Amino acid sequence: MGKVKKLLFSQKVAPYLFILPFLLSFLLFWAYPMFSTIKMSFQSVLPGQVEWIGFKNYTKLLKDSAFHTAMLNSFEYMIGTLVLLIPFPMLFACLMESRLVKAKGFFKACLYLPALTSIVVSGMLFRLMFSELGGSQMNQLLALFDMAPIKWLKIKSTSYFALFVLACWRWTGVNMLYFIAGLKGIDDTFYEAAEIDGANARQKFRYITMPLLKPTTIYVLTISIYAGLAMFMESYMLWAGNASPNNIGLTIVGYLYRRGIEKNQLGYASAVGLVLLIIALIINVIQLKLNGTFKKEE
Amino acid sequence: MAEVVIQKDKMDVSVKKKIQTVIATGFFMLLSLLVVFPFIISFIASFRPGRDLIRNGLALNLDFSTMSLHNYEYLFTGDHSYFVWFKNSILITFVSVFLTLIVCYFVAYGLAMYNFKLNNLLFFLVIATMMVPFEILMLPLYQEIIDLHLTDTYAGVILPGICSASTIFFFRQYLQGLPTTLLDAGRIDGATEFGIAIKIIMPIAKPAFAAMGILCAMGSWNNMLWPMLVFRSASHFTLPIGLNGLLTPYDNNYNLLIAGSMFAILPVFIVFLCFQRYFIEGMSAGAVKG
Repeated sequence: MGKVKKLLFSQKVAPYLFILPFLLSFLLFWAYPMFSTIKMSFQSVLPGQVEWIGFKNYTKLLKDSAFHTAMLNSFEYMIGTLVLLIPFPMLFACLMESRLVKAKGFFKACLYLPALTSIVVSGMLFRLMFSELGGSQMNQLLALFDMAPIKWLKIKSTSYFALFVLACWRWTGVNMLYFIAGLKGIDDTFYEAAEIDGANARQKFRYITMPLLKPTTIYVLTISIYAGLAMFMESYMLWAGNASPNNIGLTIVGYLYRRGIEKNQLGYASAVGLVLLIIALIINVIQLKLNGTFKKEE
Repeated sequence: MAEVVIQKDKMDVSVKKKIQTVIATGFFMLLSLLVVFPFIISFIASFRPGRDLIRNGLALNLDFSTMSLHNYEYLFTGDHSYFVWFKNSILITFVSVFLTLIVCYFVAYGLAMYNFKLNNLLFFLVIATMMVPFEILMLPLYQEIIDLHLTDTYAGVILPGICSASTIFFFRQYLQGLPTTLLDAGRIDGATEFGIAIKIIMPIAKPAFAAMGILCAMGSWNNMLWPMLVFRSASHFTLPIGLNGLLTPYDNNYNLLIAGSMFAILPVFIVFLCFQRYFIEGMSAGAVKG
């Protein structure tokens, strides 16, 4: 009894007890799977038959044209979302915070709604709006301009248009809120000082807002790069499954899913995952450098 | 004379400001309309027979003559598993939010309130887990769940997500903002370390619980990929998996799909409208603190 009581009051033991569940979860659901996927990427894993094959999975990836398509698609999608989902939400945030807009709360809520919707529902809605049938929303829009219906999701360029519209629809409001939070952190005195010096709106944006929003921008940039490269469910929903004509909707994670889950080639799929992991880590290091995390604190 | 000129200037400025206000507000009105548009057309479509969707796709169609409550009638009284999925989603959401909040709060409390040897290392591990996209671990994790005989169980879906790094991060940030004198006061009053964490600090951290609770609930309600891997039998499916399965133009599927989708986003919208402040707080924390 005395021992237990002592334990309950001990400031030395307490933090370890509090953190124990994290350690368990970390080992069980992070470290172990991480270790096993690294291991499997050097193996050929068949039911009841595991064989070490060195770098063969990776050299096979180098020559795998479907994987190249997947990489290209993921990078194209990622870059597209960066171009669309950083500058525009930033401008919208500035405009929203400029005291010119009435009923801000209402607009913020409206723009945020898509982010609340499951990708299953939103993907289904967009699949039906971009349907190749003449009666779909997008084809009706074309009809307004006397244009023939398009098979939106069977051509690469138009299907990427659909993917980008979906991405913008879902994330513009979220990214805008990130930037608004960043803007709220900027001290008003900067703007007052600039006004006294006679700066105009554009100068204020260029020399005060942009530099002081840098931490927010880097954050949004990082999560967008991650989400872009790891995109899977959007394509899965738009094409109602992991298969798309000529692999136009195939992404890196989609390929990992195809090899690992659909074809049960765990070794090969692990190699795909590790390539993605290495890319993600490189991007992270660059981000931390940009953010100045490695600099000594002054 | 001079006074009149100044007044005219002032008027010009205020007129200019008014025009700008109208333009800016109008812009957001248009943008909001564009964003809400898919919801509007699908809401209208949910009153129309599902074969309309199969034949024509989804579009704005204000033909009231074909509209009826038939889809909703089928949703609430028909012979299908929708409410089994709904119940599963609610169960999984509640259990995982409850466990996530409790576990992450204590972990963050340990990290934020004590100076101990491994503190920095452990915090680094939390950050490390945040930096690896889930999609990379999904395959070995799936294998592990099979090895642990947790496939097709609620535990298999819930357990791997409980220790959410971003939730720990948020709680830690919040708790670090509190004065440590609170802890000392508790100790003087003879409370155990555990007692302080629950009785003194937890009530103060209520806003953090609200923000994270809502965010986790939304994530869990909408989660699709991981439950899709873990669950096998239709009686365990959550709403997103079940709805996805209805995407085959067969029988009454589309009737149920469109009405069911509307009914699935309703709870999230209601929670959002009630607790909007917490949503935004929880979400934007990462962006400011970096």
